[in-house]
Amino acid sequence: MPDDANKRDSVVSLATVAALVEKFPAVKASEFRGQTRVVVPAESIYAALEFLKLQRDFDFLVDITCVDYLNYRGATDRFGLVYLLANTDTNERLTVRTFLNEPDLTVPSAVPLWEGANWFEREVWDMFGITFAGHPDLRRILLPEEFTAFPLRKDYPLQGRGERHNFPVLPRSSG
Amino acid sequence: MNNEEAIMAAPTSTPAAEPRQGAQAAAQRGVAHGGDAHGDESDQIGFLSPPHDYEDYQWTLNFGPQHPATHTTLRLVLKLDGERVVDAVPDIGYLHSGFEKIGESLDYNQYVTVTDRMNYISPMANNVAWHGAVERLLGIELPRRAQYIRVIISELARISDHLLCNGAAGLDTGAFTYFLYAFYQREVIYDIFETLCGARFTNSYTRVGGLMYDITPLVVDKIRTFVRNFHKTLEDMDRLLNRNRIFVDRTKGVGVLPREEAINRSASGPIARASGVTRDLRKDEPYLCYPDFDFKVCCAKAGDCYARYLVRMAEMRESLRIVDQAIENLPAGEINVPIGERTALPTKSMVYSTIEGTISHFELTMSNRGFEVPFDESYAATEAPNGELGFYLVGDGTDVAYRARCRPPSYIHFSLFPYLIRGHTLSDIVAVLGSLNIIAAELDR
Repeated sequence: MPDDANKRDSVVSLATVAALVEKFPAVKASEFRGQTRVVVPAESIYAALEFLKLQRDFDFLVDITCVDYLNYRGATDRFGLVYLLANTDTNERLTVRTFLNEPDLTVPSAVPLWEGANWFEREVWDMFGITFAGHPDLRRILLPEEFTAFPLRKDYPLQGRGERHNFPVLPRSSG
Repeated sequence: MNNEEAIMAAPTSTPAAEPRQGAQAAAQRGVAHGGDAHGDESDQIGFLSPPHDYEDYQWTLNFGPQHPATHTTLRLVLKLDGERVVDAVPDIGYLHSGFEKIGESLDYNQYVTVTDRMNYISPMANNVAWHGAVERLLGIELPRRAQYIRVIISELARISDHLLCNGAAGLDTGAFTYFLYAFYQREVIYDIFETLCGARFTNSYTRVGGLMYDITPLVVDKIRTFVRNFHKTLEDMDRLLNRNRIFVDRTKGVGVLPREEAINRSASGPIARASGVTRDLRKDEPYLCYPDFDFKVCCAKAGDCYARYLVRMAEMRESLRIVDQAIENLPAGEINVPIGERTALPTKSMVYSTIEGTISHFELTMSNRGFEVPFDESYAATEAPNGELGFYLVGDGTDVAYRARCRPPSYIHFSLFPYLIRGHTLSDIVAVLGSLNIIAAELDR
């Protein structure tokens, strides 16, 4: 049964991918374990997402996340931004990826398309330091405001760098 | 006589004189506006409390991080106008413990212990979601028996989650007996899990390509007893709360989430289904062996706290049906993938008595051997009790994930909170929070 489901899933996605490639010729598509992924150049990511939302009815934003490919074998780019989209009518899923390199770590925010992108993008900013232009409220969300590093980057050690010095010391007398 | 009355009345009726003046003034203005009665009224309100003074009435209240109604550690900064919530700004991260960073240093079997601690109300569902994602990445097809057992434990986890969520929603709105009814049955489910894997709370029951232990006749017996008896509790719970005036008044029409907003704001699970979204991954993207079972997707249209409560009650009934069908049709056979695939650890008797078992165990536990993991990435989602729980995994050839991203439903549902609470009163906060079922450990990870 899962095999059938995967097959149907990819067949539906193929029409979407064909439409996307026709609109954006630079898009590269691939498939892995029954999932269709497309890689979109960073400069056309917003246009591609808008096309998918408005023309192909991907009304459900499942997740936005990021991968730091610093030590990854064969990787040419530093950061991979991942948008997981779904269509609630046809149950079609699509993974949209884009690659970013320092120093230009800015992409347009997806909040105008999906309100749900708000906290996803805040978390990616918090953990990876990727800026979302046009985001209504791009503050740190899980880490404290004073934190200076981006801990899910691969050059950040597992046990931390001793961020204590960033935090103000509150002596007993001040309270 | 008239004069006297006027003098007598003068000292006592000074407050009464003001409205008359106000009415006169309003009448004058009414004439100026063309005698429109509706215009008069609004003008009068504007006269009594000018709009630019509104800001002065607002005050800020910190709700949490230590508050009994948040159940866990989260904080809301509320802007209130009297008792009415003008705005709410969630402040989270108090329980952030870097689960995703830890996922980059623990191997696929070790990390299951961390998933227990994400949504600790239904840890079994997290175990199933995590190893489901790992098996998607590795391309492993589970034996039928393992799939059935995983369905049973995820549905039991769903029942235990909904019991807690609805029980606590009742508790927050004043129904204490109801909470005890729910908690007694959670205890029964903990007992089943303890018999199954030895742990009550942090189960860590699944393994890559299988399960830790096989299901024993005693567990089957306990699950059958639970299936037989749980209906009674559900009926009692229905009778206690469904038509309870206090509960209905406090939840009906409170925190309404329309269908379009639910989709646009990425809501999933019972919260989306209470708003009329029919998405349920068990039906829409069947995983494990869910197509084998006869069950319904429970939906409501109202989208308020009461609808979310009803959807959870109905889902418990459907979960019970799935558990019943699965336990009666449990296939025989292995619970782990065959030893030749070299993913699941062989049993101890195999390790000690066969050469294949010894070699396989040795190879799997060596730090430079382990599984064969592709250099690729995949996402796999399950319908967890709280909503879509998925893991985005990046494999890099080793048995440790290069990136283990969790898509936590609590995190997404908590971002709905300011939208749901605006315009309601302070006392509605506990009703809305209770209906969203925020688990802070999963929220902050």
